[in-house]
Amino acid sequence: MTPKIELKGVKKRFGPKVVLDGVDLVLEPGQSLVVIGGSGTGKSVTIKCVLGILTPDAGQILVDGKDVTHLRGRGRDEMLKKFGMLFQGAALFDSLTVWENVAFGLIQGRGMARRKAKDIAIQKLAKVGMGAEVANLAPSELSGGMQKRVGLARAIAADPEIIFFDEPTTGLDPIMADVINNLIVDTVKDVGATTLSITHDMTSARRIADKIAMLYKGKIIWHGPTKQIDTSGNAFVDQFIHGRAEGPIKMEVRG
Amino acid sequence: MNIFAPIGRALLLLLAQIGRLSMFTWSAVTGVFRPPIYWWHIFQQFLRIGYFSLPVVGLTAFFTGGALALQIYMGGNRYGAEAIVPQIVVLGITRELGPVIAGLMVAGRVAAAIAAEIGTMRVTEQIDALTTLATNPIKYLVVPRLLAAVISMPILVAIADIIGVFGGYVVATQSLDFSGGIYLKNTVDFMTDQDVMSGLYKAAAFGFIIALMGCYNGFHSKGGAQGVGAATTNAVVSSSILILAANYVLTSVLFSK
Repeated sequence: MTPKIELKGVKKRFGPKVVLDGVDLVLEPGQSLVVIGGSGTGKSVTIKCVLGILTPDAGQILVDGKDVTHLRGRGRDEMLKKFGMLFQGAALFDSLTVWENVAFGLIQGRGMARRKAKDIAIQKLAKVGMGAEVANLAPSELSGGMQKRVGLARAIAADPEIIFFDEPTTGLDPIMADVINNLIVDTVKDVGATTLSITHDMTSARRIADKIAMLYKGKIIWHGPTKQIDTSGNAFVDQFIHGRAEGPIKMEVRG
Repeated sequence: MNIFAPIGRALLLLLAQIGRLSMFTWSAVTGVFRPPIYWWHIFQQFLRIGYFSLPVVGLTAFFTGGALALQIYMGGNRYGAEAIVPQIVVLGITRELGPVIAGLMVAGRVAAAIAAEIGTMRVTEQIDALTTLATNPIKYLVVPRLLAAVISMPILVAIADIIGVFGGYVVATQSLDFSGGIYLKNTVDFMTDQDVMSGLYKAAAFGFIIALMGCYNGFHSKGGAQGVGAATTNAVVSSSILILAANYVLTSVLFSK
């Protein structure tokens, strides 16, 4: 079976700082992969390379077996129509209302009529447990957790084949984090999407992942099914999942 | 330590900056000619950039025209040439002060607002979100602002010209004993199409500079609130300097005979 997404030796550096040092990653269709790793290990950069927000210095990125590493313009836009993304800070457009945010990809990206797009937006909001009464509010009138839900509704609005989650639970209280985790599991099952999430929240990772990969110093140092994460036998993984200050991973206090 | 290293580094940084700006300008300008065109956004920006700048541009033009009349009267007095006030006021306002003052005021008002808005969108990942929703952020954010500024600046300056001349008229007739009818007749007789048109060409160029600098600095801001603050400052400073430099270049080109 052709992998949904495949990264082959992806490298990216910013000036002298090497962020990705040959990342290899395979995402099978329908799978939910979670990439874990500390802050600044290149998790976000990995996602941005796949989406084409950043261009890798070396290596290859394949989506549905097609090389998209240097795809630009219209081709890139077409490829992006397969994707949905939930940003860390939700990244809602604050000049638009909640429903316009959810329907943005439908109206701008696909040229759907506003009335029809609004109906779909309200359906998607219902899927993330929000009523039609929030549809005409501004994003700034919502709490952080609510904004995340709207972000999730926006990510699934166009029924994408692939959804990316960037730190979906960061900055939320534990209960709201669990609500978001549930929503992710349910909605992904619902639309049958392939997902790639990045997080350092192990509770969240265990909830949403079929498979976990750990990124450290720009490389994938371990990957395997979620069940095996506690018996990985990898000292780096053990230190990370138990949150110990002592171990092979040394925190660089000076960055 | 090698003393040439910092010089080289600064030079490379400058070249990188120029390259980035050129590429940004290229994609913004070519974006004007490629669909989709966001008409509603252009209209909204036209209101924000043009219409809402009217009070500030009108007031500055009025006082500038008034002060200009006073200065010319007092300066002309030394040669017994104080009657030339209407001619010099209209020349000064239409050719130089109208476009430059309107340009600088709009730079302060609009370039800052654009940089702050787009900069905030950058640091809160809203621009990345646009990309992932298959919408080109240059076409969605930059092109409407650029078009709106290039269209609205000449209109603003035409209005500023009228108000500036009116400011001179008010001062000349109220405190300098000019007759209103003669003042206006001298103004209209003396003024040529080229005086006005040159100012309007300048205005369009200044509009381009203002929107471009606002968008460019906003787009490339990083590092949270501080980065957005720096982008806003840079947008105002760079657009003001470029307006004054472009004013000199355009003056020498438009009036070279």
